[in-house]
Order: sequence, then C-alpha cells, then structure tokens
Amino acid sequence: MSIAIPSFKVETRSGTSSLAALAAFAGLALAIAAPLVVSRGVVQDLFFILTTLVLAQNWNLLAGYAGLISVGQQVFVGFGAYAMFGAVILAGLDPIAAILIAGALSALLAIPTAFFTFRLQGPYFAIGTWVVAEVVRLLLAQWKALGGGTGTSLPRDATRDMIGVDLIRDLFGMKAAAASDALTYWIALLLALATIGFIYRLLRSKQGLGLAAVRDNEQAARAVGVDARRMKALVYVATAFVTGVAGALIYVQKARISPDAAFSVTDWTAYVIFIVVIGGIGTIEGPIVGVVLFFLLQKLFADFGSWYLLVLGVIGILVMLFTPRGLWGLFSDRTGIQLFPVRRTLIGGPPAHTPKGGPNG
Amino acid sequence: MSLLELERISKRFGALTVADEISFSVGEGEALGIIGPNGAGKSTLFNLIAGNIAPDSGTVRFGGMDVTRTPPMGRCLSGMGRTFQIPQPFEKLTVFENLLVAGSFGARRREAEACDRCAEILVDTGLFDKANVLAGGLTLLQRKRLELARALATEPRLLLLDEIAGGLTEAECHQLVATISAIQQKGVAVIWIEHVLHALTSVVERLLVLNFGKVIGIGKPDELMASRAVQEIYLGIEL
Ligand SMILES: Nc1ncnc2c1ncn2[C@@H]1O[C@H](COP(=O)(O)OP(=O)(O)O)[C@@H](O)[C@H]1O
Ligand SMILES: [Mg+2]
Repeated sequence: MSIAIPSFKVETRSGTSSLAALAAFAGLALAIAAPLVVSRGVVQDLFFILTTLVLAQNWNLLAGYAGLISVGQQVFVGFGAYAMFGAVILAGLDPIAAILIAGALSALLAIPTAFFTFRLQGPYFAIGTWVVAEVVRLLLAQWKALGGGTGTSLPRDATRDMIGVDLIRDLFGMKAAAASDALTYWIALLLALATIGFIYRLLRSKQGLGLAAVRDNEQAARAVGVDARRMKALVYVATAFVTGVAGALIYVQKARISPDAAFSVTDWTAYVIFIVVIGGIGTIEGPIVGVVLFFLLQKLFADFGSWYLLVLGVIGILVMLFTPRGLWGLFSDRTGIQLFPVRRTLIGGPPAHTPKGGPNG
Repeated sequence: MSLLELERISKRFGALTVADEISFSVGEGEALGIIGPNGAGKSTLFNLIAGNIAPDSGTVRFGGMDVTRTPPMGRCLSGMGRTFQIPQPFEKLTVFENLLVAGSFGARRREAEACDRCAEILVDTGLFDKANVLAGGLTLLQRKRLELARALATEPRLLLLDEIAGGLTEAECHQLVATISAIQQKGVAVIWIEHVLHALTSVVERLLVLNFGKVIGIGKPDELMASRAVQEIYLGIEL
C-alpha cells in the first residue's frame, strides 16, 4: 500500500481575529498605564490579581498538565518571601535583586523536596507536599534574625530606595509609597505576562505534547519514549522558581512577614486551587477567568466573614459537579473560542479521500 | 545475531508462576506468533519484554545489549514498539496527536519531522478520517487500531502486538494482515499474540505456544499444531 501522499499541513489553529489582538493590545496598554491613572488602592488590587494569577497559572501547570496535585505550594511562596527578607535584612541587598535570588533558592529547595514527595503516589503526594510546607514553616519560625515565630518587617528605607523608585518619582511626580507600589505592580504585570508566555510556549512545544501525554496516561507515555519522571521534575522545579519569585514580590509589597502568613495554606494554595477549578483546569484561560471571579467574590462577600468561605465552597462544589472543566471550559465548548490554542490539527488529505476542511473545533 | 533474546526468564505473582524459565529468540525482521489459553501469561510476557515488569530471574537482551534492568522508556528508544491489550490512548489528545507523541519522542524526531510520517501511518492503518478526533471518543476497535498506529509511529525495530484482531470482520482482518505483512517486509520484527489463528499463521513464520507460563512448543505452525502437547491444550478450544 503505497499511496502517494501530498504534503500534509499541521496547524495549531490560532483563530484569534485581528479584533481580539487589538483588544489585547489595548488592554495591555491600559494595564501598563494603570498606576498613572488610577488610585493607589486600585493599583494594589491589580497587584493582588496579577500575583494571584501567577500562582494560579503555576498550580494549573503543575496539577492540570504534570498531574502533580500539590497542596503545599505555599512552601515556595513562604520560602521565597523569607529568602528575600534574608537577602535584604542580612545581606543588605536591594529588594528587587533579592526577588530573583529568592526564585533561585526556591528552585533549589524544590530539588530535595521533589526527592521526598516524588516517591509518593496520588493522595500521598498531596499530603507529602503539605507536610514539607509545614516542616519548612516550623524551621523558619526558629530563625531569630528574621523575627522567629512573630515575624519582622522590611526596613523602611529598603522599599523606598529600591532600584527604580527614584526614577518613577522623578518621571511621574509620585510620592515614595505610590512609586514603590507602581514599581511592584509593573513587576507583577511583567511576571504574569512572562509566566503565561512561558507556559504557552511550553505547551506548543514538543515537551508540552509529551507533558499532555503524561497527564493523560503515564504508562503509555513511557511506553512511547516520553521521560515522564524527568518531565514532571522539570515542571516542579520551574513552578517552584516562579512561585518563589511571586512570593518574594508579594512580600516586597507587603513589607511585613510572619511564618503563619507566608506559609498560609488558605491564602497561597486553597484559594489558588479554587481559582483554577472554577476557571477551568488544564487551560491557560481558566485561571485568568478564575482569578477575576475570585476577586469579585472577595470584594462582594469579604465583609461577611465565614459566610464568604461558605459561598466559595458552595460555588466550588457546584462548578465541580456541573461543569468539571470549569467556566472557561463551558464557554469554550459552546463557542469553540480558544485564546491560547495548542491543538495540532492535521489538514489536507490522501488522494483516496476527499480532503475536507478540519472540523475546526 | 538475534534481535531479541530471552534467557530463562521467570516471574511469579505470589503463588502463581506466570513465566517459567522462558527462553527464545527472535531475529531481525522475523515474525513470531504467540498463542495460548487465557491467563497463560502472554501479556505478562510482553510486559517482561517491554520492561513494565521486572523478572525474578533471567535475562532480556535486545540488539545485543542486556536490557533486563532498562525501564520501558529506554526500551522504546532502543527500538521496541508495543501495543497494550487493553488500549491506553491519550484520551484528551487527538488521534493525530497521539501518534505525534510517539513519532517525536519514541522516534527521537523534531515534531515537524514526525508530522508527515504520522500522517502516513494514519493512512496505512485506516485512521486518517479520525485524525482530529479526541482519542477518548473512539470505539474499542478504533482504539486497538490506534494502539497499532501509535506503536508504529515510534519507528520500532521490534513490534509487539497484543490481540489486536479480535472483533474484526473478515474483510477488516484481511486488511490488518496485509498491513502487518507490509510492516514486516520493511524489516521490522514482529511478535504477535493472537487468538485469531488463521490471521496469525498467514503472517508469522514461527509460532510459540504458552501455557501456565511455560513454553509448550516453538516452531513451524503446522508442525506445532500437529504435536500432541499442543493438541491437548487446544482440544475443545479450537482446531
Ligand atoms: N500484576 C499482576 N499481579 C498479579 N497477577 C497478575 C498480574 N498480571 C497478570 N496476573 C495474572 O497472571 C496470569 C497471566 O495473565 P496474562 O499475562 O494477562 O495472561 P494472558 O495474556 O495470556 O491471557 C493471570 O492469571 C493474571 O490474573
Ligand atoms: Mg493477554
């Protein structure tokens, strides 16, 4: 059977119309200009949204693609934050430089952590990640130079004299506090864009295809030559780096740290899981939708105390029951719209068949 | 020199011996059939060859190298392609993407290089119409065909096929035999576990009969089927 085969074409369909591209461009311009137009309170809200989005994208990559359901990602937020504090207070580094060091140290921490948790399967892996987070929290709470169990603050002038703050003050005539908020906001924006860009590139690459195979069926993936273990380990270390950077950045902005807050499983993992699940796990769009919804819910219900958590819980359960692929999944299934298409569609056909256009869905 | 060599491979699951001192070899480009009753240990033998299960004792050599301790990924990369008796598709990937994983990782190619080959394999295995369909939505027969296609995409030197002809119509079975013969003619060695004897014997030169983890006989199909030991096993089952 030797049928002459015409050249096939493979497409990762990017159905983004020029209209959508224009909208994205306008959105980006607005996001960059935000600190110059909106109040400091709004800048801080946007900072929260962006950093939470980074955490959510990372958890989504970890759980939705590498199949690593971690409930201990707060370890990298807390460790990154403490590493930054250590670098600023003990080594006198600039907070911005300390953020990168914090990321590198978090990635380093991920190596021994993976060594322990990767021996555990399924739910035991999840429990293992949480145990690791608790152990690191307890250890850092012993660190007297950084305030022990009660925590400490960044020196006042450290955030004031950060690289770039002066420039922003001069350029836009802002007060020091506003300038430092603007700076952390822009870094958060850059981090969020870089994270999404990195994940999107990864998913469109050969490695991303292998990762999706591992997610679907690890045994089969190994049988066709995918190094599942290495792939998971790399994703784990990469997400530890980015999560550590995000943790450090969040705490540059907060300027005050304590072990309980920095290693909070609720703030840095439970909310993040909620965001990914309601938005849609296994898509890049899902966490974006999730984080916006989460922010709105928080604004609406935060005054109601424990009712707020109850509402979150009920919404989470309803979404899991009725649209397991999340709100974005529901929307995408109905409309066929994808902002970050990664599917490889084969178009063209052999002479025997009449070539028909791809199903486009 | 033979491509695959098993030397006194044994494996027990608790009290159950599923592989009992199994030794045989398969040459470059040769086709070997494996038959035996259900539970004889045929699929387990594939798992031992492909590295999913480690033997209690014995040696597996592939291409002259001792691969007894090599994990499945390494064996795939050195040229073993396998199907699973219970299909294991990547369900949230399309049929084409399923092949692309195998064609880029298993055959160590860049993704763009693998594309054309994978498309050809889809044509050869009759799956081209389903190229852009999610593998999770395939019927059992289509899933079995996908197993074959995906194993082929790894560009193997040895192809391990575990019961892929069951449930096919006469015409489809004929087509499958032609496909596998064509693969073998390109120099790929094939080991095929199959209950559909006439399909099997129209491809393979030698047959191996397995029962309770033991090799009952190995040799030319007609001579083997005439032997007493084999007839005892198959009396009342087939023939
Ligand atoms: N992982 C396992 N653990 C325990 N028993 C197993 C395992 N895999 C297979 N078996 C048993 O080994 C025997 C051989 O199984 P199998 O190799 O699948 O047979 P066949 O493919 O010849 O039908 C069966 O009795 C089966 O129940
Ligand atoms: Mg079997």
